[in-house]
Amino acid sequence: MNRLLAQYPQQVKDILAKYPPEHKRSAVMPLLYLAQGDKMHITRQDLTDVGEICGMTETEVESIVGFYTLYHEEPGGKFRIQVCTDLPCALRGAEEFYAGLCERLGVEDGGTTEDGLITVEQVKCLAACHRAPMLQVQSGHGLDYHENLTVDLAMEIIDGLRQAARTEKKEAQA
Amino acid sequence: MSHVLLRHRDIPNLKQLDVYVEHGGFQAFRKAVTAMQPGEVTEQVKISGLRGRGGAGFPTGLKWSFIDNNNWPHYVVANADESEPGTFKDRELMEENPYQFLEGLAIASYAVKANRAYVYLRGEFWPVARFLDACIAEMEEAGYLGDNLFGTDYSLRIYTHLGAGAYICGEETALLESLEGNRGQPRLRPPFPPSYGLYGKPTIVNNVETLTNVPPIIEHGGEWYRTFGTEKSPGVKLFSLSGNVEKPGNYELPLGTTFRELIFTHGGGISNGRGIKAIMPAGASSSVLPATDEVLDTPMDYESVRAVGSDLGSASVIVIDDSFSMDWVVNKTLHFFKHESCGKCTPCREGTYWMMNVSDRITQGRATKDDIALLESVARQIRGKSLCALGEFSTMAVVTSIERFRDDFEAKTRTEEAEG
Repeated sequence: MNRLLAQYPQQVKDILAKYPPEHKRSAVMPLLYLAQGDKMHITRQDLTDVGEICGMTETEVESIVGFYTLYHEEPGGKFRIQVCTDLPCALRGAEEFYAGLCERLGVEDGGTTEDGLITVEQVKCLAACHRAPMLQVQSGHGLDYHENLTVDLAMEIIDGLRQAARTEKKEAQA
Repeated sequence: MSHVLLRHRDIPNLKQLDVYVEHGGFQAFRKAVTAMQPGEVTEQVKISGLRGRGGAGFPTGLKWSFIDNNNWPHYVVANADESEPGTFKDRELMEENPYQFLEGLAIASYAVKANRAYVYLRGEFWPVARFLDACIAEMEEAGYLGDNLFGTDYSLRIYTHLGAGAYICGEETALLESLEGNRGQPRLRPPFPPSYGLYGKPTIVNNVETLTNVPPIIEHGGEWYRTFGTEKSPGVKLFSLSGNVEKPGNYELPLGTTFRELIFTHGGGISNGRGIKAIMPAGASSSVLPATDEVLDTPMDYESVRAVGSDLGSASVIVIDDSFSMDWVVNKTLHFFKHESCGKCTPCREGTYWMMNVSDRITQGRATKDDIALLESVARQIRGKSLCALGEFSTMAVVTSIERFRDDFEAKTRTEEAEG
């Protein structure tokens, strides 16, 4: 059974409607985002499901996952904190900011916190050079920018994410 | 002077459809569809002298005129993949003045007789894409998109498409590959997109800023647009100013404004009382300019910046103060290009990897003097050997920094020499 078709029939239909019917393959990227939403990584079953919808082999779908950095093949935190340390941000202290953030979280570069919620990583330019230091939070619900940061401000954002995760878990249990 | 592109800075709430319409919004699109032939629209853009604002500076009207009218359907794709380090102008336009951009896309579509257009956004612009989706829905509701527009037989639909983190997708043929559901790797050209583009059909790919210029050009005429800027580089430009300046941000200025005016008058000068050392006028892809008086007084237009040994590109001006060593700056750009090389062409894939390694050695103080020559030699061998410009771009800062800031590199190798 195709999980995406079963779980998200309307979303799949809306995605396919954006492209000419004879070019279903164009839907592979939005479908991968849809598949990744729940667990924040792409599983083997996702490759099959996405491939079935847009007429691609699993290998072809996997080549897309491997090429683009916002798709994740390995499980990580529920939230991915991606800090830009590219040249314009680095000129404004982003490398020190990133090191400070890792220290406060008690993780190495690219690591995940003990509670399994937060993965931190360095990324390339995010088009926010004038508001460095900055980071984006990638989650199953999308992406959000946070700009003009200090380590303290970033920790407040992360505390907010942890709080949201706890609330979500409680609601799921209830 | 009021803004031509950053009009939201003059008009509050311009990102609301009713406010945009109240201030003349969609008059240009209406005029084009109801009172002008597609060829006449293209002609006005040609007269305006508008050149592509994504970096290459190719004349926009000329590009439109290359569309192959013997092969159908046609497509227009807005390039919103904005990923060059130092560039953040398209994001502001889409977030704050979205309808002017979408109107420009609509006019371009009419000019090349396309009934379907896409906005390809970098994956990180997820919230921007959702916002544009809402704007597009409002335009459909209000009758600015859909069938039989303004009572004619012209119809148009616009869709957004999110990338997923790949600088290379800003290159137009890689972007089209990505939109088709493939890895974003550039195509061999020719054929160029106006004859062989999306799904093999004639396609025009234009940058967001380029398209945002189009409504005022159609409203006021091509000649009006030439009253801004210089003769060879007419019009206004968004300069993304970043790095060690007091007031980084986007500045809309006529082409031909000097570096000095941008950095010191608008940007408030250098932070922390430091001196200015170098300027990268086109983001990480720049030939690096030493900040001499001659350079600071150079007008920022396509021709003048080239004459002093760099390129204007997308006008993402990165300012570097005198506390930084250029070997480190080069190292940062090489880590970027090594990461972003798509891997299709061997000289770029392997070359960026080796340049990064040699540069790491230099910056970490593990290099000998020969490594400087080696780095430059690898850079020169990459040039002219790849399908797209990425390979070329990766060498610009390397070669020019070694040439213009050699002391910075030699300082990192001296110790070992003295010891040896």
